[in-house]
Amino acid sequence: MDTLTEKDRGPVVEIAGAEKIFDNGLRALAPISLAVREGEFATIIGPSGCGKSTLLRLVAGLTAPSNGSVRLWPHGGGGPGSRRVAFVFQSATLMAWADVEANVRLPLDLEGRNGPQARSRVERVLSLVGLQDFRRSYPRQLSGGMQMRTSIARALVTEPSLLLMDEPFCALDEITRERLDRELADLWSRERLTILFVTHSIYEAAFLSTRVLVMSSRPGRIFGEVSINTPHPRGEDYRGSQEYADRCQRLSEMLSAATGVGASA
Amino acid sequence: MSPHPAAIALRYGAPFAVGVAVLVLWQALATAYDVPSYLVPSPMLVGHTLVADWPLLSRSLLFTLEITLLALAGAVVLGVALAFVFVQSRVIEASLFPYAVLLQVTPIVAIAPLIIIWVADARAALVLCATIVAIFPIVSSTTLGLRSVDPGLLDLFRLHRASRLQTLFRLRVPSALPYFFAGLRISAGLALIGAVVAEFVAGTGGTVSGLAYQILLSGLQLNVPRLFAALFLIALTGIVLSTLTAWAGRLALRRWHESEVGREA
Repeated sequence: MDTLTEKDRGPVVEIAGAEKIFDNGLRALAPISLAVREGEFATIIGPSGCGKSTLLRLVAGLTAPSNGSVRLWPHGGGGPGSRRVAFVFQSATLMAWADVEANVRLPLDLEGRNGPQARSRVERVLSLVGLQDFRRSYPRQLSGGMQMRTSIARALVTEPSLLLMDEPFCALDEITRERLDRELADLWSRERLTILFVTHSIYEAAFLSTRVLVMSSRPGRIFGEVSINTPHPRGEDYRGSQEYADRCQRLSEMLSAATGVGASA
Repeated sequence: MSPHPAAIALRYGAPFAVGVAVLVLWQALATAYDVPSYLVPSPMLVGHTLVADWPLLSRSLLFTLEITLLALAGAVVLGVALAFVFVQSRVIEASLFPYAVLLQVTPIVAIAPLIIIWVADARAALVLCATIVAIFPIVSSTTLGLRSVDPGLLDLFRLHRASRLQTLFRLRVPSALPYFFAGLRISAGLALIGAVVAEFVAGTGGTVSGLAYQILLSGLQLNVPRLFAALFLIALTGIVLSTLTAWAGRLALRRWHESEVGREA
């Protein structure tokens, strides 16, 4: 039923008035409505504690909304076989007792897939993140950046069409972070992924995303949004451009306005 | 990363030198002051007794060893099983854990006479007593270990729809291993203590012939050299058990766990 162009623009995530109130009465999210379309690199930024992570967990199905609905592929599309969701956590979250290859293979193992196809997928994602030579290493033997790459390889091994990332690079040093940002942007355009990314860095948001959503806090809600239509790949010259500086400035103003609203509310 | 030779010399050489010095001094004092052997036998005499009474003492050693190892095996099997039950249900844990504590805090010498009356087979009674003493560290540390799972990994397993069994064996069990081995090491020592204490209580009946019984009998007969020889064998058994369990833990964890990493010589 879907033509290719419709499919490209169809929503992958549709959040309709979703609200989250925790058991202790804390209202983490005010009713939020939001759609993420196929092929978007959507980024959520906001002050800490604004419910960004909760929003991502709602999308992942790790927690249920108190009200409203969160639907994935609400109008079909993507094909049932490829409607896969993967999650990259704030920390690498690796199994310390398993080597890199076993960590990456885990999602396939859990689905009981261990044939030659599974093996070739593991090979592919390992080389995608440049860890082929470290497959026998244990997490403790890896640098923080390499642990995060392992985590990303594990997320990609199921060939997800939606990738959810919760501040994945926040614990890394600036240089490693910028390199992984570049690699992620490449990966996104090459693999035609849809990414919903959470960060508190406006620079990261402005560099990576096609759309940035700014949240205000307590209860979290979408304060505003900025579209970034500079085509990928965005090189280092983009980081130095006036365009980039203006967007960072705009996001920064919007973020402080959002934080101000949150504090007075 | 092998330890420096000087470090090895310090670790093994220094305690050995102290032991030799004490024995030499002891021998010298015993000889110089002509201390009667029914008060403090010289190390030479203890050594001689150990050889001369070896047929008798080795039988007792085997008996005590058998009780200890059976009790340790029982504590491991029952303790791990209980821990598995506890993590399956908070209700069961809340209902039963206080009784595990009760069993732990009640001195075994107080319970042993009852058990010896109730359990007709003397050997089974001794094993039961020693198991009761040894089981608690295994239960508490394994339960803690099975619960101490990285919440991020737990989310990951949920996201990939892992079954309860997959989560148990691929996530909870490996996470619990370091805790289990810490408990095992304590339990091994306790199993020996439990075996010896139970023998003391039961031994007066004259139906059993473990090392504790030899100590009891030698004390009554003022055969202090044999008492010392039996004591030496009990201490040696304790050291061997502690070393073996530590070594088993090292073997299982050396590749990934912080407590054992870099300790292989």
